[in-house]
Amino acid sequence: MERTGIDLWVGMFVVAGVAALVMLAMKVGNLGTYNVSDAYKIHAYFTNVGGLKATASIKSAGVLVGRVESITLDTQRYEAKVVMSIDKRYQFSRDTISKIQTSGLLGEQYVGLDAGGDAEMLKDGDQLKKTQSAMVLEDLIGKFLYSKAEEPAK
Amino acid sequence: MPAAKAIRGIGHRTINAVWRIGMATRFFFLILAYSGSSFRRFHLIIKELFSTGVMSLIIIVVAGLFVGMVLGLQGYETLKRYGSESALGVMVALGLVRELGPVVAALLFASRAGSAMTAEIGLMKATEQLSAMEMMAVHPIARIVAPRFWAGIISMPLLAALFSAVGVFGGYFVGVVQIGVDEGSFWAQMQAAVDFEHDILNGVIKSFVFGTAVTVIALFEGYDAPPTAEGVSGATTRTVVTSSLAILMLDFILTAMMFGGS
Repeated sequence: MERTGIDLWVGMFVVAGVAALVMLAMKVGNLGTYNVSDAYKIHAYFTNVGGLKATASIKSAGVLVGRVESITLDTQRYEAKVVMSIDKRYQFSRDTISKIQTSGLLGEQYVGLDAGGDAEMLKDGDQLKKTQSAMVLEDLIGKFLYSKAEEPAK
Repeated sequence: MPAAKAIRGIGHRTINAVWRIGMATRFFFLILAYSGSSFRRFHLIIKELFSTGVMSLIIIVVAGLFVGMVLGLQGYETLKRYGSESALGVMVALGLVRELGPVVAALLFASRAGSAMTAEIGLMKATEQLSAMEMMAVHPIARIVAPRFWAGIISMPLLAALFSAVGVFGGYFVGVVQIGVDEGSFWAQMQAAVDFEHDILNGVIKSFVFGTAVTVIALFEGYDAPPTAEGVSGATTRTVVTSSLAILMLDFILTAMMFGGS
């Protein structure tokens, strides 16, 4: 085959390969869905984070607004410190409540933010005061069994 | 004494194996040392990219499509039992991007392009073309081997990416178009679960390592082949067997390093 023909085919091959990689990154991976470059960080303390992991999503009214940056144990308070990075486009009031929620009954855990009514907005490095820990299924079942046992026999 | 003879046989084979590994390693560094001149004559690499990369396209694309379709079908059958068909996209995409894309593409590459490389170089050696080049003060590693090596390394990640991308569409076709899994949750759950660095980039690193292993094995077997018809055919067989085993073993090590533990 002529040299230009080979060049054309190889060029098409390289372009197709790179296009496949870009398509994997954008359409299959998470690169197209969320960009953490323009974000601010806030943190909150939870008594129990359950199965929450770093890079878990942060949602408000079901919309993805950020990602969990890190989860560490604060040995001063013996509570889990969750650092979250939130997209700059979304501003939340200072009395926002953060909850650890589960998508579906056995699904992945995420942080849900319920906006409050304070006029002042959260800034980079602020702490969310009001938190609600993860619902642990075993605890719920345990509580249910105890309350059943305490009921007087009929 | 038969016992001493058996032990001597084991020793001979061990020394032989270690010697070949050492030769292959020296050969690898020799390729790297002579690579500079092959980059100056880039059209040689482009010519090899055509015969290794472009000519492997059809088998890679068709295999990727069918592997993705089978994954979609089997994944649906299993996930249906737990009522989580919507996670089909996650299963297809993670399976392809992390494992099947790099591994199956590399296996196909080894049998499609690797065996051809070995046979070509082995035959060049048997017909004394390599010696003729040396007579003309052209180093055969710089002129023949290094361009093939770089073409293999460049084309392997691209082929694996194409395999995965086509496979995801195969899974989409079977899962969403044929069976009727919800399209929104198919893509949305996939995007939520597949991480660019952790999954896609690690898959690319895997295919890069496999590409290096396959091309070095194929080129070494060709260069080292006994210059007879039998020798070349034996070397071609060894290329496919050795590089397939190397891919699978390297895959285990890389998977343990990338995804193990966390």
